[in-house]
Amino acid sequence: MSTKDLKFTEKHEWASVNGNIATFGITDYAQHQFGDIVFIELPTMGKSFSKGAACANIESVKAVADMYAPVSGEVTEVNSSLENAPEQINKEPYGAGWVCKVKMADAAELDSLMDESAYENYVKSVEEK
Amino acid sequence: MKKTKFNEAHYVLKGKMIEFCGWDLPVQYSGVSAEHVAVRTSGGIFDVSHMGEIFFRGPQALDAVQYLTSNDAAKLIPGKVQYSGLMTEKGCFVDDLLVHKISDTEYFIVVNAANLEKDYAWMKSKTTQFDVEVINESADYAQVAIQGPKAGKLLAELTNTDLAAMSYYTFTKGEVMGMDAIIARTGYTGEYGFEVYIKDDAQKASKLFLELCQKGEKYGVVPVGLGARDSLRLECCMALYGNDIDDSHTILEANLAWILKLQKGDFIGKDVLLKQKEAGIQRKLVGFEMIGRGIARHGYPVYVDGQQFETIGSGTMTPFLKKAVGMTYLPIGKTEPGSEFQVKIREELVTAKVVATPFYKFDQKSI
Repeated sequence: MSTKDLKFTEKHEWASVNGNIATFGITDYAQHQFGDIVFIELPTMGKSFSKGAACANIESVKAVADMYAPVSGEVTEVNSSLENAPEQINKEPYGAGWVCKVKMADAAELDSLMDESAYENYVKSVEEK
Repeated sequence: MKKTKFNEAHYVLKGKMIEFCGWDLPVQYSGVSAEHVAVRTSGGIFDVSHMGEIFFRGPQALDAVQYLTSNDAAKLIPGKVQYSGLMTEKGCFVDDLLVHKISDTEYFIVVNAANLEKDYAWMKSKTTQFDVEVINESADYAQVAIQGPKAGKLLAELTNTDLAAMSYYTFTKGEVMGMDAIIARTGYTGEYGFEVYIKDDAQKASKLFLELCQKGEKYGVVPVGLGARDSLRLECCMALYGNDIDDSHTILEANLAWILKLQKGDFIGKDVLLKQKEAGIQRKLVGFEMIGRGIARHGYPVYVDGQQFETIGSGTMTPFLKKAVGMTYLPIGKTEPGSEFQVKIREELVTAKVVATPFYKFDQKSI
């Protein structure tokens, strides 16, 4: 999947937009930081999250971390195949490793997210620290 | 941050470095799961130089070791290793350790990195009545562990010591890649394997580490970081100080009665432990497996019959068995295999059950 149309957060999530539906996942940088992902707790269908709220929980052998919603919305679909194969997030963070889809509450929130080149620069700045 | 003598090798191997107990050490190289599985199926090479090495030397070396520790060090003959507990007056752990008997007047003790300063101070202050010198030589030693079914084959390429003749928990002095070494058949993975202690400089040490990795390649033996070290030890239920054993749970509660020898002479903690053994313990460390979805981790609250009872000691999703398992203390009466309890995972109570330990048992035939 092409990453050029994705929007990115500073917490290393991505969102792709199709009409008023946004798909969320974590970035390739994030999955590398995690290492082997062994467990995911998916959001509940129909639940609403505001931008920046913890919407899923991801665990590797050693680490536990929340995934935060890039934009506000109501969950319309979850990638339940991850429950049995969480390693999909490591293998295809922008493809089969997507986490959930939401009906956006306010599409204007997308404007506050980074585009691909801004995110690449952001990752570089994080790594230099 | 302190650097082990193998530090340079970790950067050559592109390990993912973290700070651990003040040391710059790799948490992983290729990935925790792959490294864990490699150790179970072929082998792994670990930098464990952060562990502490303390020597007891003098006419009363044995008396001092006996007074400080729970196991019976008088049973050791030169070249034998013993797992033991450094006891508080209350029969709890200052630390757990390995006692190596070199001779009647010299013992070599290996302790946890996190506890080194505390242990050393404790050992010195509690042995003033004995004719013994307690010396912390940790800074001189680098320690590499070679663990897994192929560990012997690999190490044999770099030493003339007859490794196959060494039985479990023995050690010998030898040479590895031309360097003087203490070679012990010990480990923290539940696998066949060796721990090698050397005193040479960082340049030679790094060369040894890289040589082991290079020669190990054909066997599928890989460098392994701290992440898999933890999941490996947990899979075979070896206790970790600070998680499963500490200074508030006794050695009897920790289910380690096999390293407690109450019939030997006087030692720190003996009175309390004698009384506790007679009265019976009220809680015990058990192994468990999650029934509900979720991974119980260190510090998560444990609930028994709706009441909170302490917190999880250790827990993870084990890469080899692919099960969420762990160890925790439960009240007596609830510690039988099959007994259920709950773990609070992110505000939800998830059911777990007590299972027989260890979760993983090493198969002699696989060497």
